[in-house]
Amino acid sequence: MDEQYMNYTPQDFKSDQEVRWCPGCGDHAILSAVQKALPEVSKQLKYNLERYVFVSGIGCSSRFPYYVNTFGFHGIHGRASAIATGVKVANPSLSVWQVTGDGDALAIGGNHFIHAVRRNIDINILLFNNQIYGLTKGQYSPTSPLGAITKTSPFGTVEHPFRPGELVIGAQGKFFARSLDVDVKLTAEIMVEAAKHDGTSVVEILQNCVIFNDGAYDYITDREYRDDRVIVLRHGEKMVFGKNRDKGLILSGLSLKVVTIGQGGFTMDDILVHDAYNPNPGVHMMLANMEYPDYPVALGVIRNVKDSTYDDNVRDQVLEVMKTAKIKSVDDLLNSGDTWEV
Amino acid sequence: MDKQKSVQELDEVVVRFSGDSGDGMQLTGTLFADASALFGNDVSTFPDYPSEIRAPQGTIGGVSGFQVHFGNRKVNTPGDYCDVLVAMNPAALKANAKWVKRGGLIIVDADQFNEKGYQRAGYKTFDAVSELNLQDYKLIFAPITNLTKESLKDSGLDNKSITRSKNMFALGMVYYIFDRPLNFTEKFFEKKFAKKPEVVEANKKVLRDGFNYAANIQAIPSTYKVKQATNLPKGKYRNINGNTATAWGLIAAAEKAGLPLFCGSYPITPATEILIELAKRKDLGVKTLQAEDEIAGICTAIGASYAGNFAVTTTSGPGLSLKSEAMGLAVMTELPLVIVDVQRGGPSTGLPTKTEQSDLMQALWGRNGEAPMVVIAASTPSNCFDYAFMAGKIAMEHMTPVLLLTDGYIANGSEPWRIPSMKDYPEIKPPIVPDGTEGYMPYARDDKRLARGWAFPGKKGIAHRVGGLEKDFLKGSVSHDPINHQRMVDIRAAKVQRVQEFIPEQQVIGDPEGDLLVIGWGGTYGHLYDAVNEMRASGKKVSLCHFNYINPLPKNTRDIFAKFKKLLVCELNMGQFANYLRMNVQEFNYLQYNKVQGLPFTVAELVEMFNQILEEK
Repeated sequence: MDEQYMNYTPQDFKSDQEVRWCPGCGDHAILSAVQKALPEVSKQLKYNLERYVFVSGIGCSSRFPYYVNTFGFHGIHGRASAIATGVKVANPSLSVWQVTGDGDALAIGGNHFIHAVRRNIDINILLFNNQIYGLTKGQYSPTSPLGAITKTSPFGTVEHPFRPGELVIGAQGKFFARSLDVDVKLTAEIMVEAAKHDGTSVVEILQNCVIFNDGAYDYITDREYRDDRVIVLRHGEKMVFGKNRDKGLILSGLSLKVVTIGQGGFTMDDILVHDAYNPNPGVHMMLANMEYPDYPVALGVIRNVKDSTYDDNVRDQVLEVMKTAKIKSVDDLLNSGDTWEV
Repeated sequence: MDKQKSVQELDEVVVRFSGDSGDGMQLTGTLFADASALFGNDVSTFPDYPSEIRAPQGTIGGVSGFQVHFGNRKVNTPGDYCDVLVAMNPAALKANAKWVKRGGLIIVDADQFNEKGYQRAGYKTFDAVSELNLQDYKLIFAPITNLTKESLKDSGLDNKSITRSKNMFALGMVYYIFDRPLNFTEKFFEKKFAKKPEVVEANKKVLRDGFNYAANIQAIPSTYKVKQATNLPKGKYRNINGNTATAWGLIAAAEKAGLPLFCGSYPITPATEILIELAKRKDLGVKTLQAEDEIAGICTAIGASYAGNFAVTTTSGPGLSLKSEAMGLAVMTELPLVIVDVQRGGPSTGLPTKTEQSDLMQALWGRNGEAPMVVIAASTPSNCFDYAFMAGKIAMEHMTPVLLLTDGYIANGSEPWRIPSMKDYPEIKPPIVPDGTEGYMPYARDDKRLARGWAFPGKKGIAHRVGGLEKDFLKGSVSHDPINHQRMVDIRAAKVQRVQEFIPEQQVIGDPEGDLLVIGWGGTYGHLYDAVNEMRASGKKVSLCHFNYINPLPKNTRDIFAKFKKLLVCELNMGQFANYLRMNVQEFNYLQYNKVQGLPFTVAELVEMFNQILEEK
């Protein structure tokens, strides 16, 4: 019948609205990645276009729904997780995507964010992390590094930042992935995985704010040393990285350690194999927390664990109760319990 | 022993049960009210309890009360003063003695009137009768604790459970005095403790022993009979409180609209019971989400509404404050949403368990920007059902958030309710946009209601974006155009005003003209009604105009006001509705009677005020 889902192209997901992010903003690349990923998601999951809903809060990233030609809801600051949760519970057949930033999700919306993750509601959260407030023109965010000099921290911040992966896993998150805005291919690949995962999928995208925090991720995005400073994790594959694919991660005691294959007696056999499906969050947490220069920054799907989802549980409970219910209408309800005639 | 006691017939009686908050007075009062209702009386109840889970035992702060007014005719309030007071300890007597009619009957648990009991309640002496000036009252000092222990000594229950049963002994005594059958309450025990037959038997025994004790003692000279109410409309009845009625009214609206009901809420006194009632109704497909906070409550509801459910959120004053920004979002996105505010004493945390009407201004205007919303108010426990239903109907058909105001008094109060039939309720036909609508415009409106279409995600060909930014008049895309903004502000206001064409005209109780028009709204209806009737019975030209539709006001409001010499607005706040009327119906002089004590009006104080106003030149 309606097998449109087989034939979409990125063009089908472009809205008629003029994209108004700053020239050079990382958001453009992420938008491309989404428009690239959705035809693939549609094909794999047999989703027609009308099944997609993009929900956002407030901030630069939250303009996103206007630029995707699907159903969209541009909410209020911080509340996108709650709105998206309502959409999904109301109609579990929808594919619900939340687009949010580090301020929107982790400052004003922190509460909703962790509770969405805890409930494991089946939504896909794209967290654009540029470590700054862009729309309000350059104040520090909950992910700005300690000491960051911004308009509201002229002498450097004095607070410790959140690490989104640590927060997600701490809130019992079942899916966490990370990508770079500049790597459209990897971002799109991760988004397909996120869509396929039942439950809350959080995808952190390290994104450059060209105006207020330009170059924040140059140390890992620059072509010249990117391969040596990031590791792209894929389930079932060895944790190797480096221009020459000669570096890898091993477990040393209770910590991860970077080794060079062929040096110090380490061989490929010593290198860890990535197990994204392992329910034990221990290694996932360490991978998510790796920071340059001690470690490469982990990209790819770091954690991808199956568990029951909130929306399924809600639906199943209702169906279960309805099966044996004596009360089947409001009239039944009104006449239930103690009544008497006058 | 002479068991021939006289029987007096009464038209109506008020009984107040009071004790420590651990004494089970709410249950005792509820059982008595239910028994009276099932017996065939009309009933009105008023639970009055502290907000502390357990204030220090035996202190005034820990006193919990439950007042039941029952009669052989329509009963409109829980009664100002009681004929019978049950006081389970000295603190309860001290806190409630002022609510007993002069000469009334007071039953106390004599075992609690010891040195410790007196001291905890802050008496100056060990003589409650003199200290509280109760010489003119009929006091029965019954050793309720010890009699309960004696009654249950062979029950096999532990001491704590035995002592806890003393409320049932007291209830048994009151049942004797008012000649109530025990079977309703016995059935309740059987249901409630179905898995513990020994507890069922113990409760039955102690209830009966209380009944028999009252029959045997000389101190109770007569019993009272309040016949079944015969002037009530024929039909099948049940008891209902305001919160349950609200929950059920919302379900009824969902059923009429043919849409699932979604409730996103956060527990808050005194609104929690609505969420509890809705959570029980999985059998009717109701989805409840206990959110992480008030804001998530309303935001999940907005998301659910966007996705095509009939969505509601329930709260009380402090929660309403937290929901303000999201209410603005619902105004902007023009989605159906019902927000229920069960008002309590404010500001801030205020008086969580006490009643007040002080959220009206917040309901009307507590949002940034020009954000008009339909505001309606229920006025009795049972008509919470009707107004919750109407809130849903208006929200869905007019594509607007609707704020339904109730209050702690009607939310917790209960009354017999003639069970309606859903076929007698109007249709609800939301403007749902069909699959594949050609040339769909998200903000195009129908001429009649000015409502935009409701376009659910998942439907073909109507993908669109909404949000909190100002919308283009037709396309709904973001627009910063100055003229467009003015147009949108105007049309959102006009849409709410247009609801006026769809609500009933305002009624006047009493003559359509006269010396004094009493104006009220919401939960004060019963007291105002009785007070106005009392005035009319004494020949005064007083009528009552009681509002349920607040914004917009009914069309004929002005015409009604014009026919009275004086207008008196009575409300449980400092004059919020009076000021609202001053803005909207400007040509009249509004007198005010206000009370902010966390308590309902009394009929007596209202009558006194009405007389005073009539006498003033």
